[in-house]
Amino acid sequence: MRRLFLPLLIVTAGMFAYAPVAIANAPYESTMLLIQKIFYFHVPSWIALTASITVCGVASAIYLFTGSAVADRYAVAGAELTTLFGAFGLVTGMLWARKAWGIWWEWDARLTMALMLELVFVGYLMVRKFAGPGAEKLSAAMGIFGAATAPFIYKSVDWWRTIHPKTSVVRSLGETSPEMYSALLFCTAAFLMLFALLLSARVTLEHQRAALDELYLAEEE
Amino acid sequence: MIRRRLGAALASIVWLGVSALAQTPPPGQAPPGQEGFVPITQLPPAQQLPAAPYLIAAYAFIWVALLAYLFSIWRRLGRVEQEMRSLEQRSRKGGAR
Repeated sequence: MRRLFLPLLIVTAGMFAYAPVAIANAPYESTMLLIQKIFYFHVPSWIALTASITVCGVASAIYLFTGSAVADRYAVAGAELTTLFGAFGLVTGMLWARKAWGIWWEWDARLTMALMLELVFVGYLMVRKFAGPGAEKLSAAMGIFGAATAPFIYKSVDWWRTIHPKTSVVRSLGETSPEMYSALLFCTAAFLMLFALLLSARVTLEHQRAALDELYLAEEE
Repeated sequence: MIRRRLGAALASIVWLGVSALAQTPPPGQAPPGQEGFVPITQLPPAQQLPAAPYLIAAYAFIWVALLAYLFSIWRRLGRVEQEMRSLEQRSRKGGAR
């Protein structure tokens, strides 16, 4: 990953520099007009969150069953990125809602569950920071249960009556508007590469912390 | 004298009445909302919330939060590496003695 880091960083920076052009070139949506352009960073934020929550959930499970320290480092990195991308999704969604629905927030199934997910992972990080010895196992359990909620949140707009757009909006976009769909795919690719870079940097920090702990232990001996 | 004053007062009342009548809309055009509220589904464009500030705020939030997060990782990494360097120096000095 270290060899790939710099080329990936350059490509990601280039993609984010071009993203405003791709978004500006995409056509307007007929009812929401300009505000719908938030979509091109809002949806990729949630897709990047899906990637980070998967990393956190899988790594937490591996840590709980095998005790692998490396898995624990990936789990904490994934949890931190989940809160970051969750904050992106929630804030951009609120700004979109204010204009499109006339309200900042609606306590419907999708929005409430997304907020709860964010709070679970804020809780994960707080457990990690303040719970002391044994926090790794406690937070791993939180990571698994937090990750388990993700499919329910995704399908919530189809199962319950909400004001949020349904999942079919994105699925059918390739047919209804290929230009919008290609801009969305471009931004999603940029966000997934950003996720990979941030995960790599965050895991490196955890490796360094572990190395520092080993140095302290060696000095004490 | 009194007649003149009464005449002026009468004339001004008539003038005020005429001007008030001139400002009153004709019987077919009642003032807005007087006869009842008429619902519409869409606001006229001039009355709608402008979208650009929300769009700019959304993208600006992502950029600012991302830069803040990158800065926090860089600072935490720097702190750990500095601590490692000082620990290595300390252990080297201890070994030399």
